[in-house]
Amino acid sequence: MKLREHVRVAVLSVISLTLVTGCIFPLALFAVGRLLYPGQAAGSLVTRDGVVIGSRLIGQNFIRPEYFHPRPSAAGTGYDGTSSGGTNLGPSNPKLIEGVRQLADDYRGTNGLSQDADVPIDAVTRSGSGLDPHISPRNAALQVPRVASARHMGKDVVRHMLADHTKGRQLGFMGQPRVSVLELNLALDRVAPLTPR
Amino acid sequence: MRWLEYIVFLALVVGLAWPTGLYLARVFERRPTFLDPALRPIESLLYRFFGVDSRQEMSAGVYTLCFVLFSAVSTGGLFLLLLVQRWLPGEPADRYLTTPMTVDLALNTAISFATTTTWQAYGGETTLRYLTQLLGLVSQNFLAGAAGLALGIAFIRGFARERSATLGNFWVDLVRALLWVLLPVAFVGSLALIWQGVPLNLAPYTEAHTLEGGVQTIAQGPVAALEFIKNLGTNGGGFFNANGAHPFENPTPLANFLVLLAIAVLPASLTITFGRMTGRRRAGRLLLAVMVGLFAGGLALCDFAEGATPPRLADLHVSGGNMEGKEVRFGVGGSVLAAVVTSNGATGSYNSMHGSYEPVGVLVPLVNMLLGEVVFGGLGTGLYSLVMIALVAVFLGGLMIGRTPEYLGKKITAIETRLAVLYALLTPAVVLVLAALALATNAGRAGLVTNPGTRGFTEVLFAYASSMANNGQNIAGLDANSVFYNLTTALAMLVGRFGLAALALALAGRFAAQRRWPTTSGTLPGDSATFGVLVLGTILLVGALSFLPVLALGPIAEALRH
Repeated sequence: MKLREHVRVAVLSVISLTLVTGCIFPLALFAVGRLLYPGQAAGSLVTRDGVVIGSRLIGQNFIRPEYFHPRPSAAGTGYDGTSSGGTNLGPSNPKLIEGVRQLADDYRGTNGLSQDADVPIDAVTRSGSGLDPHISPRNAALQVPRVASARHMGKDVVRHMLADHTKGRQLGFMGQPRVSVLELNLALDRVAPLTPR
Repeated sequence: MRWLEYIVFLALVVGLAWPTGLYLARVFERRPTFLDPALRPIESLLYRFFGVDSRQEMSAGVYTLCFVLFSAVSTGGLFLLLLVQRWLPGEPADRYLTTPMTVDLALNTAISFATTTTWQAYGGETTLRYLTQLLGLVSQNFLAGAAGLALGIAFIRGFARERSATLGNFWVDLVRALLWVLLPVAFVGSLALIWQGVPLNLAPYTEAHTLEGGVQTIAQGPVAALEFIKNLGTNGGGFFNANGAHPFENPTPLANFLVLLAIAVLPASLTITFGRMTGRRRAGRLLLAVMVGLFAGGLALCDFAEGATPPRLADLHVSGGNMEGKEVRFGVGGSVLAAVVTSNGATGSYNSMHGSYEPVGVLVPLVNMLLGEVVFGGLGTGLYSLVMIALVAVFLGGLMIGRTPEYLGKKITAIETRLAVLYALLTPAVVLVLAALALATNAGRAGLVTNPGTRGFTEVLFAYASSMANNGQNIAGLDANSVFYNLTTALAMLVGRFGLAALALALAGRFAAQRRWPTTSGTLPGDSATFGVLVLGTILLVGALSFLPVLALGPIAEALRH
């Protein structure tokens, strides 16, 4: 075969195989995937009173004392759903150390902990996506007294709800135990609705 | 508990490699499979459309030429699509596309996806239309991955055949890789990911009204169409900027586990295919054992580094493994496993930010890439990376025992040795020269916008190691969207894809032409434990000789300063 022949085959193959993999494959996946899992395909959106309030999978920011707080975020100005990313700060970068020191002080202040209280690391570091919807159970437990007192609820009630919303490792061995901040806060609002500020 | 996840993962990779490897051998030897009734008609239709005779075989030279032409047309097509993508219909709306698609970025991206590197100097959600992601990127994830698998199979045929002038037909191997392997597996895998929460829609970015009364705009898209194949084809480029860390790309620990299996199983199974097609099953299993050994070593080291509280944060009364740049749902275990699998597996779909890893933690993925991704490696290309270094080991072994070195009945003469050594030297030559160039020029140093000192140095080294290894993961602290980095990383990707493939196929062509020499008492058997240790030692020795100085300036210096 001549070179021109090979070029012709290359062009025809790229065109036809692009059609198969870039059009037919996604279309088939749309047909089956959206039929089987419509909620997930749409982005696991959560609605309340007919209004989309977020996605079950995407973290959102909370600063009011009545809510559990998520991890600090480096996505945009914080939990920007169109600008995912982490800080990329290296472990010896002074910006990282100073940033964590500040975040740890804030965390202790917000949650009424003593000056040198031990802080769980996920509470003072930023996730890779900046959209982490979860916090660790230890982080959540330290926030219980603040949330309970701001909502005038019993600590035990809040602790109980926290336990209900703590997920273990998937299939028993994958990943980490975790608490979905949005889902827990939604549950709190259902029990004791907040007045909008 | 982290160890349980690691052990189950490795056990599944090895367990699945067996049947998968035998299946691959059936597919590429064109023996009957259970999918034939559905796929044979499509297959012959495609050959008729291409105008190729599927029984006609190709020499190593023609096979390489067809591979290069196919990649060149792919690159050209994707390049044009990227240049006009702003005018394509559909979401996301213009106001979200804040990164301009410059000519150099389009060129870099086109080369990147056509070489399975999928290095990204841009963030997906701020740069690309959905249509570009589907037509351009999803398709190239399939096509480039399938082309890599074809290369690996052709390479195996070099050892499997004797007195043969040919290595198979590129177009047949390509089509079979797509129809019998990538498309069906990706379809099932993608459905599993949607089930776990990966979105699949063409909706505008969603405006959510948060509980505290703010507005959060959530980027959406046909993520699930890309997510599985990008791992299965060992590509890795993310739909979103945060790649596998983004909850829409990687929503659960199970999803994470599945995509990591998708990365590792096919390349691991090619060792079994190798053993099966050459009739030397033990030799194939030995290669797999070498892979598993190196994998476990890297994993243990990375886990050790990331599992402890970073010393500087421990001083601030903070406790837990290093979680900067990691997601809570994966924790240290799921993050470290992904770092090790993706850096071994030529797949850039990291799920945590390696730029925030401890020095020893980032050393592991860096070294995995610098060693040429011999553990699992790229789909198809990983197998020849390992066999090429094994040939260097055979040569060294031959020197020690004073016989003509041979591997699986093929004699390694002066020319084969030269090809193997050239192969081993190409990576240090490209990576070290380009990294030096970047650090010596203002254009290169301008990319260091996040981290000073040794970490900045590591970022630059990481970028070229990743490009050369066609991996594509990056330390995003380096601002790589500049003319300088777009062009130099693209150069490394081209050499890493085509330079290495040409050498490997040239060697395979020579082996195919040889007869198979009988084993004698002077042969170093290619399936003995001694040989395995020799290969392992050669990998580490060649790696250390090439890269120890440069590693000493980067992660090692940083670790010692701690």
